[in-house]
Amino acid sequence: MDERNLTYMFYGLSAAWLILAGYVLSLAAREKRLKRQLDNLKRMIEERERK
Amino acid sequence: MKENNFRRNTLYGLAVLAALLLARNLHVILRGLPDEEEQGAIYRIIFFHLPAFFTAAVCYLLALVSSALYLVKRKARYDALAAAATEVGLAFAAVNLITGMIWARIIWGIWWTWDARLTWALVCWLVYAGYLMLRRAIEDPSERARNSAVLSIFAFVSVALTWKAIEWWRTQHPGPVLRIRGAEGAMDPAMESMIYWNWLALLLVGAVLLAVRMRQEQMAREIDALRRHAHAL
Repeated sequence: MDERNLTYMFYGLSAAWLILAGYVLSLAAREKRLKRQLDNLKRMIEERERK
Repeated sequence: MKENNFRRNTLYGLAVLAALLLARNLHVILRGLPDEEEQGAIYRIIFFHLPAFFTAAVCYLLALVSSALYLVKRKARYDALAAAATEVGLAFAAVNLITGMIWARIIWGIWWTWDARLTWALVCWLVYAGYLMLRRAIEDPSERARNSAVLSIFAFVSVALTWKAIEWWRTQHPGPVLRIRGAEGAMDPAMESMIYWNWLALLLVGAVLLAVRMRQEQMAREIDALRRHAHAL
């Protein structure tokens, strides 16, 4: 079997997995940021309402 | 609370099912199926290249339907679904484009050519990327939803053109190879069925990503509402 052929098959399959993994990581990071923003806002509103 | 738990458990269940199916598929692709007579091992890229495009097309179709529904019903959840489906579709379309380029490097000896199918696939990706950029550029939620819904409907033309490009313009990219597209005997049935199995796996992955992305859209809306409330205080 042509070694270059096999290497590029590996690149192709890895690229597919890496793109999806990268997207999953970006979703996880966004989720974390949104949760933090939501918590901060809720806390800020509670404090303002208490005053 | 019970509904949230049910939703979360369903999501975990789908994610586990997708992971198991992907692992099984990968095993069959690498160990079960023989090399292709002319292309050797590299043809295995097709098991991600095609299903990724199909999954992206399903996402774009979902975005089209939910955008139309938003324009008719003006419900925020349709806008959220359109945005989520477009973003997930873009990730799968990127898989399609990049795997295609790597495959082309070996089979055609080039990374890229301005062939009809490739060009339309790229145009399609850029149009939907533009959709997401447009959403970032408009602050008012209802104006953002209305404008992006209209763009999403027009953008679907590029999906249809990408789909039909291999029939209408016979250039570098091969014509249809699947039976569902009328190509009889172009591909070994075992290989063709593997394409559908991996499409199912990618659809499951897509469904999980879509659900997560939808939840984030809801959180973003909640943040917007709280910000307005905080301003009013």
